[in-house]
Amino acid sequence: MTPETPLLDIENLVKHFDISGGLLDQLRFENGRFLRKRTTVKAVNNVSFSIYPGETIGIVGESGCGKSTLARAILGIYPPNSGRILYNGKQINGISHEAMLPYRKKMQMIFQDPYASLNPRMTVKRTLEEPVRFHRPSLSSGEVADKVAQVMEQVGVDPKWAGRYPHEFSGGQRQRISIARALTVDPEFIVADEPVSALDVSIQAQILNLLMSAQAERGLTYMFITHDLSVVKHISSRVAVMYLGTLCELAPTGELFKSPRHPYSKALLSAIPKLGDRTARHIKLKGEVPTPIDLPSGCVFHARCHYAQDICRRATPALETVGDHHYVACFFPVE
Amino acid sequence: MSTWARFKESYLFHSFKRDLIAIASFCALVFLIFIALSAPVVAPYNTYDTATIDIMDAEIPPSWMEDGEDRFLLGTDIQGRCLLSTMIYGLRVSFLIGCGAVVLQALIGILVGLFAGYFGGKVDGFLMRITDIQFSIPYLIVAIFTSAIFKLAFGVGRYEDLAIPLLIIIIAVSHWPIYARTVRAAVLGEKGKEYVEAARVIGLSRWVIMFRHILPNTMTSVLVISTIQVAEAIMSEAALSFLGLGMPITKPSLGSLIRAGFEYIFSGSWWITFFPGLLLVVFVLVILLLGDWLRDVLNPKLYKG
Amino acid sequence: MAHLLEVQDLVVKFGLRFGDLTAIDGASFTLEKKERMGLVGESGAGKSVTGFAIINLLSKPGYIADGRVLFEGRELNRLSEEEIRNIRGNRISMIFQDPMMTLNPVLTIGTQMVETVQAHRKMSKSDAMDLALDKLKKVYIPSPEKRLSQYPHECSGGMRQRIVIAIALLTNPSLIIADEPTTALDVTIQAGIMDLLVELCETEDMSMILITHDLAVVSQVTEKIAVMYAGKIVESGPTDDIIQAPRHPYTRGLIDALPGTRGSGSRLYQIPGMMPTLMDIPPGCAFHPRCSIRTQRCETETPLLVSVDDREHMVACHGLGGDV
Repeated sequence: MTPETPLLDIENLVKHFDISGGLLDQLRFENGRFLRKRTTVKAVNNVSFSIYPGETIGIVGESGCGKSTLARAILGIYPPNSGRILYNGKQINGISHEAMLPYRKKMQMIFQDPYASLNPRMTVKRTLEEPVRFHRPSLSSGEVADKVAQVMEQVGVDPKWAGRYPHEFSGGQRQRISIARALTVDPEFIVADEPVSALDVSIQAQILNLLMSAQAERGLTYMFITHDLSVVKHISSRVAVMYLGTLCELAPTGELFKSPRHPYSKALLSAIPKLGDRTARHIKLKGEVPTPIDLPSGCVFHARCHYAQDICRRATPALETVGDHHYVACFFPVE
Repeated sequence: MSTWARFKESYLFHSFKRDLIAIASFCALVFLIFIALSAPVVAPYNTYDTATIDIMDAEIPPSWMEDGEDRFLLGTDIQGRCLLSTMIYGLRVSFLIGCGAVVLQALIGILVGLFAGYFGGKVDGFLMRITDIQFSIPYLIVAIFTSAIFKLAFGVGRYEDLAIPLLIIIIAVSHWPIYARTVRAAVLGEKGKEYVEAARVIGLSRWVIMFRHILPNTMTSVLVISTIQVAEAIMSEAALSFLGLGMPITKPSLGSLIRAGFEYIFSGSWWITFFPGLLLVVFVLVILLLGDWLRDVLNPKLYKG
Repeated sequence: MAHLLEVQDLVVKFGLRFGDLTAIDGASFTLEKKERMGLVGESGAGKSVTGFAIINLLSKPGYIADGRVLFEGRELNRLSEEEIRNIRGNRISMIFQDPMMTLNPVLTIGTQMVETVQAHRKMSKSDAMDLALDKLKKVYIPSPEKRLSQYPHECSGGMRQRIVIAIALLTNPSLIIADEPTTALDVTIQAGIMDLLVELCETEDMSMILITHDLAVVSQVTEKIAVMYAGKIVESGPTDDIIQAPRHPYTRGLIDALPGTRGSGSRLYQIPGMMPTLMDIPPGCAFHPRCSIRTQRCETETPLLVSVDDREHMVACHGLGGDV
């Protein structure tokens, strides 16, 4: 891992959602008084890390860990409550819509649900032409059509079918079209939010191969979000483990799978079913996954951790170095 | 594949072909609309031309009855006008008002629903309160107020000339809330979908996203309520005319005809109310049946896209 | 010696307006007492339909066109609606993927459990409640007394699935059919649920059919597998045998396509093409268009399940998987 300039810097990112509802929903009558209760979903809590050009960083975690919110905050779909996002050193959060446009060409996203990620009322041709026409208005119709055909071929969908509607394609093909849409603007950075989770195993393999060859050909940088650890192990160079909106551990892939240091990472890795391995015993975590609404105090994981001590309840651990490019947010990282 | 070829292959057309009621309703509707729109050509008499009307022809029964005359197939009304012709012109009026009112209320309602659903927050709150208020005001009150004020301001003669546009406005203003609510619900459903997020990631402006991406996807719900709303508009107009607040007797709609004949039912001239009433019922029924079929066909749960 | 469950040449069809489609084309397998079996395949292969067919829960237009399902010696598909209701939910229980769909959101957990008990046994409400409490403890639900008066939405996903399992246990069934029970759950919760199911099979003398697409889970939890493709069983036998040495090209392809079986960063093996839909199943062997070892015979003749060793490992392939 060469210490070059990062492509993306995420600094102290915080994203909370206020789901209190209207004034009337917030009012509660307790102990003889009217109280105003605010309910906040603390989706992302003070996350910081960098993404380097050409790498694939995997973000793993279970439901409620904030990985999808993180992705959307980075891409500007949800403006963060605080913190900064820097692209090639320039801040891209909190800027105007116009100032953001050049970055929109460089950063794209692929989504999980192949059925909802394409507009059902637009033909594939229109869906793919739209980003091209928007970002490069000077191109003629012929050039736009060429670009669309070229990108469709690259993802393995016959350009002759461009006039069809999404519902005429299978899940795997729709996902290919989504990837094509992301590639039409020739981006540098792509966030893939669970791109293969909704697909069958044999189609998964096809899509993963496609993503990897696109990366090799175009020099792309990926942020790959998933809950499937075997996929992340295969495709990522570094992995970040998230729990309840906090970054627990960040390490090169091999390192993380060989020696996870955070108690949560360890439990998570032990829970993956391994093909043909009947003897594996997974680490049972205490209790339930708390919701991001009522975050535990101190370390978000302390209530379920076998190694928790008093300080874990009171203070939040910061990300510390425990090895070569290996960071853990834990007061007592395991061996 | 051309659009026509694609349509013939579509699920919509397939289930249409199989549903006898849908086919029957569709044919009946097309027939009625055709008759209505070509009233000057089809009707035996032009009932708006007062020169052709002879008061001595009043209250002649339908031709197959005793005292009936061949030149008046369904008899005449109290002014001596051919009932059949008056019904055909009346159907045209009802149809024009029904469609006009729905187009106008859809326009207003869709815009309100779209903005409320997409922008959310205070905009949504404000627009929805207006919608609720409008919804709570019965259309009769709106109609009474508006016609009274208009007649006072412009006189009865002017009123007769502008009755059709006025009624269209009255009905549209009273009924747009249902479109607003329906579209808002559909927009809320579409807003969270990933293709909308994809559009934002591309960098498209809100207006493009609202009108080019979200709006077309709400059209299914709009279509489903539109047939009911056409039927509702026609019946609202009939009710208003029946109460004397709608079309004047010189340019009657089916509702005014029903009203006109109402006083004469017990004196024996039952046909003046009966035939316009029957036509109104059949017309509305056919629209509703077609609407029912359309709603089932477009139901996403049943239609495995 | 009768098997607990025996499925013989089961054929399930869907009666559609333009003709009948065959969803399951002659599936056969057996299951013994306390045995755990995996029914594996991708979406559309017909595994869920098989599960439903066993307890005759197929909704129109699906119907059993041929074959027999024998449970404890009785032919299930010939029973009347009344008789099959005695078996369904009683001797054979089924659990589904989404607990939120199984549990009624407007009734408390306690009410639903009592309802289930009283549907099959004559029992007073308080006795039924006690039984419910007992089963909730068996699935390791914390503070089970509290849960009885709670509503499903007040519990987490993993908790709900445990409650669903508890409900399935209320009648002490001999067989549990679990249709993708952990697909919607997080990986740490999944591990817990799978452990629980295995434990319960041991302690409660139950057999289990685990329907899933997840080969890894099935390899850890079951003793035998049947792999389905386009409505047919293409390979079946002891789990370990199949995972270590798969014979059918499809099974091989599935295992090779899993990330982790080869080195990371390399191209994953991908089976070309897609599984055919019910409407365009090719003649002969349904897999032949995607198969690397196909021959002329595969295009016209459907292969039968035949034994390849003396341990009940069976494959439906003309080339018997060849020497690949």
